[in-house]
This record gives sequence, C-alpha cells and structure tokens, in this order.
Amino acid sequence: MTSTVGYAESSWAQGAPPVPDVTPGELAALHSRLVERAGGEGLLDVAYRTLDSPLGALLVAATPVGVVRVAFAVQDHEQVLADLAARVSPRVLHAPGVLDVVAHELEEYFAGTRRTFDVALDLRLAQGFRREVVQHLTAVPYGRTASYAAMATEVGRPRAVRAVGTACALNPLPLLLPCHRVVRSDGTPGRYAGGERAKHTLLALERAGRAH
Amino acid sequence: MKEPFEQVVQQHGARVLRVCRAVVGPVDAEDAWSETFLSALSAYPQLPADANVEAWLVTIAHRKAVDVVRRAARQAVPVERLPERVAQQRADGRDLDLWAALAALPTKQRQVLAYHHLGGLPYAQVAALLGGTPEAARRAAADGVATLRRTYDPDPDRSPDTDPEGVLP
Repeated sequence: MTSTVGYAESSWAQGAPPVPDVTPGELAALHSRLVERAGGEGLLDVAYRTLDSPLGALLVAATPVGVVRVAFAVQDHEQVLADLAARVSPRVLHAPGVLDVVAHELEEYFAGTRRTFDVALDLRLAQGFRREVVQHLTAVPYGRTASYAAMATEVGRPRAVRAVGTACALNPLPLLLPCHRVVRSDGTPGRYAGGERAKHTLLALERAGRAH
Repeated sequence: MKEPFEQVVQQHGARVLRVCRAVVGPVDAEDAWSETFLSALSAYPQLPADANVEAWLVTIAHRKAVDVVRRAARQAVPVERLPERVAQQRADGRDLDLWAALAALPTKQRQVLAYHHLGGLPYAQVAALLGGTPEAARRAAADGVATLRRTYDPDPDRSPDTDPEGVLP
C-alpha cells in the first residue's frame, strides 16, 4: 500500500506549532476519548474501575448487561482483570465513569446509609448450581445471617452444604450479592473471598446499621 | 491468553502517539491515534495470541494516518501564501527541534523513520506497508538520518549518543 501522507498535506503544513513530546495528560485525554467512542460503538465489553473502601481497594467491573465482578485487593486485581479478559472479552478498558452509580452505592453501603443495591447485574461468571446459590443470597436481609446448611435447604438441596460454601467462596459479585451473610452453623463467620476479617467487619457494619 | 486491552493502551499509547505525530503532525495525530486504538480494540479479540502487538499497532496507525490526512485534505481551505516552516529557534526543547527537523523531511523518509525508529517496525515490514523493497526503506531511513544530522542540531554540549528516542542511530 502506498501512502499519500505528506508534509504538504499534513497539519504541519498549516503553520501548526512544533510537536512537543507526549505527556501523561495528553494520553489521559486520548484515553478518555477512546473509552467514550468505544462505548458509543459497542466495543466496551468490560469497563472497570477501583475504589477505596474500609476493606481496602475494590475492583468493580461491568459489561453492557450489568456489573459482572467485584473483587478485593487480596484477590489480586491484575489477576482478576486477566481472568475477565479470558472469560468475558479482552476488550477491557479502565472506564471509571461507566461505574459511577455502583461505586456511589458501595460508598453509601460502607457509610451505613444503604441496605440494598439497585444496579443491574451480569451473572455470567456464575453458572449452574453456583448461580442458583448466589441468586438466593439477597433473600438474607441486611444485618441478618443464614447458615450454609439453611442456604442449602433454601435452594432445595439440603445435603449440598459444601457446594453452597464453594458457591459463596466463588461468588463473582461479593457485597452486591451478600455472601458475607452466610455463616457457619456455630455462628462463626467462616471463609470469605475478602478474608475472614473482612467478613467480620461487614457483619459488624450491618449490625450497627440495623441499630439506627 | 490475551491480556486486557487496557494494558495494550498503557504499554503502547505513547509510542503510537509519537509515530502519529511524526507522520501527520500534532493536530491530526490525535485523530489518527484515536482511530488507531478504536480500530485495534475492535479487532483485538481476533488478533493471534503470539502476534507482535507493537508492529500490529504501527501498521494500523499508518493506515489511519493516511485516512486522516485524506479527510483533512478534502476539508482543506486553499490559502494564499505558503505557511512558514516549523520554527526551529526553540532552544529550550530538544524534542521540539527534533520534530521540526522531522517535519521538514520528504514524506517517505519521514514515514520510514517514524515506523522503524519510533515504531520499532523492521525494514521488511516498513517496506510491506509503504511499498518498495526493504533495502529501499533502509536507504530512505539512512538518507533521512543523514538529513537530520545536518538540520537537527541538538544541544552541542550533549553527545548524539544520548538521543532519547533512538531516532539518530
């Protein structure tokens, strides 16, 4: 392919000033423009951002369908993004604006002023029985807990207690689908993707929230 | 397995912008960059996992630069007198002088320099992109560099070996 790009035709010929080297601000502006155009043309398959929380940095990712992933820092955000690229689409871009609503709702939740979430979810990362389990999580009200055994009964498979535990541990949307409210039968918090300490913190937050 | 496209933008965004600027100048470069990455985003899922992402992007950038300049030419308004050449008196910015010197090169030489020295494309691929033989591309680059050595006067206190972009090999 031959080219017609020429000095005489390019913007340099129009008396434009000399070209400075690339600055981070220029790249940031171009990046924003790319995100906007990608969204407009249906090419933004996975948008993500991070936000600070009392549990450390959270990564939130969404597809055009809805929020598809929430991940704690201990889960390694780089790894989570690589996983999204492999399992959803490699068209992944940092697009904070797309996730403003869910970020705001999470901030309200951590401030104790929100009990339920009102954003569309994309459950494609939880299939089969695991999906059934995580869809049932919102049945456990804010500030309450249910045992793994009770959840197993709830989804109609009372003997699948371990499978319920696995489904909760692999919940792609922790916080939004409150797997932290499912605890051991003896009342101790049990395992959590964000760490047992994080689970403890969330249960305490919700107990305090209910007291208001 | 393919890395998230965000990584591609982070790793290659600055380099592609330099290539675009060297080829089409500062104003059209932003459009060329945007078109390049939008097109790359669209095709990314089909890119073979072992592809050279940098070379792929430079190839797209070349095509988009051609499109952008064609579009600009269609919209151009004739002017009475030729615009002055890019000012070269800016002693405070080594890069500014370099871009100005690049701007003054013949198109083919500038493209070869941009794609090979700024974009990292081997001469064989530059030739495939621009037509001609790899040897002709190499000669065009050598001629361009020879001209740059005459027209581009970096800080005389500094050795050309400190050239940050490797434009002057």
